[in-house]
Amino acid sequence: MDTEYKPTILLADDDPDYLFQIEFALEKAGFSVITAETMEDAELIIETGHLSLAIFDLMMERDDAGFILAYHAKRKHPEMPVILLTAVTAETGRQFGSNLSGADGWIKADLYLEKGLHPDQLIGHVNSLLFH
Amino acid sequence: MLKVLVVDDEPGIRSGIDRILSKFTVGYPFMDEDIGYTVFEASTGEEAIRIFHENPPDIALLDNKLPGMDGIEVLEYNKRNQLNIEVMMITSFASLELAVKATNIGAYDFVPKPFTPQELRSSMENITKHLFLKKMTQKMNTQGKQIRFQFLSVLSHELKNPLNSIEGYLRMMQERQAGDQIASYSEMIDRAMSRIRGMRVLIMDLLDLTKIESGKKNREIQQVDLVSIAKISAETMGPMAIQMEVEIILECPDELQIQADSEEMEIILNNLISNAVKYNKTGGKVYCRLKKDNAKLLIEIEDTGIGMPDVDIPKLFREFVRIRQKETKHIMGSGLGLSITKRIIDLYNGTIDVESHLGTGSVFRVTLPVLI
Repeated sequence: MDTEYKPTILLADDDPDYLFQIEFALEKAGFSVITAETMEDAELIIETGHLSLAIFDLMMERDDAGFILAYHAKRKHPEMPVILLTAVTAETGRQFGSNLSGADGWIKADLYLEKGLHPDQLIGHVNSLLFH
Repeated sequence: MLKVLVVDDEPGIRSGIDRILSKFTVGYPFMDEDIGYTVFEASTGEEAIRIFHENPPDIALLDNKLPGMDGIEVLEYNKRNQLNIEVMMITSFASLELAVKATNIGAYDFVPKPFTPQELRSSMENITKHLFLKKMTQKMNTQGKQIRFQFLSVLSHELKNPLNSIEGYLRMMQERQAGDQIASYSEMIDRAMSRIRGMRVLIMDLLDLTKIESGKKNREIQQVDLVSIAKISAETMGPMAIQMEVEIILECPDELQIQADSEEMEIILNNLISNAVKYNKTGGKVYCRLKKDNAKLLIEIEDTGIGMPDVDIPKLFREFVRIRQKETKHIMGSGLGLSITKRIIDLYNGTIDVESHLGTGSVFRVTLPVLI
């Protein structure tokens, strides 16, 4: 990885421990990370930050926080990849249809990932969205 | 409207019952509307069974002596197929033996022929009220099950979150993600420990709640001095208050004798005082006032803390509701304390009110009819 250029990732989740763990893994993998624990903070960073990629937890203060953040992020930075983290499968036993994502879907996220995923795998997905 | 099927081979009896019931209604004083009847008829047992399936009645008035299969057989069919139709036997040649037999296979009542309109009406009133209460009970049970299910799914969520984060920290250590020095993991260990403490608080609160819920908590209503309980509560919260630099001020008489369970009073005071400390500001104050208010006991816990918007107040007493604000993010709590408090207050037929101003603090007022 290029040591001169560190891609900046916005990571939003209301669980401070989850933020801590993913931030740790992402930084170790060579990314610069900005974290947000509330939607408000995340919106502010979307508006002002220079971001390479964003990772949003689906459920924060609101159950649909991730959708709203993804929508705003894509409006502001159309080219920026967005990952939505959900615990929905684990909670409900139902998976999101992949037809929800992509250019045609109204929910503008590039990837949906389960929250229980190993950080290494998350980093694998981040790398392929950024560099493929 | 209840659907009533009259099964009798004599047309005169059928139309007579129809006439009596079409002008009759039954009600409870607490019901908005009285219950009336739609009557339809069958002249044989076979026809009755066909109608049971095609258009099941709520109540069947059943003659025993029918041309084909007799009333007892229809009754047995109803029981065997679990049709749950309430049956009232109306029959001549009534014998004790028949009455016992009919009751054993599920007849609700037994009216001998000939009967007066008043006899029929009073039997119908009984069976109707029985049916109404049965339906209400079923409805409440289903609602109870739904609430229980929601509670369990939120609970599993509340228990899983800390487990996930503790697992995450352990995995980081297992994989030596921060190197071989244990000191590099101090923050992770502290964070994991804090989540474990949170789970313990949740489990303790949950135990309290279960005891209250199941009514198995041994309540000992006796004469207790609330002031001494409040002093113990304030002392228990002392260390947390010192950390937060919050002062707890007791404003109460030297003693206040009430008739209550001391453990329950302790839970109420602990929850309210600890909230007042937790959701306070550095250098803030907590006032704990105990006094007589008319014939009732008034507990007033006021804080100079962060307060909350009015819209959040109605949510406070629900299970697992923690008001989310920037300021409350790092405050530990199970989300059960106020729900438990409310349940205990309900046990005493008391009330709890909240007044809050965002940024300046909250007052919780509890009134309990427990004065001696």
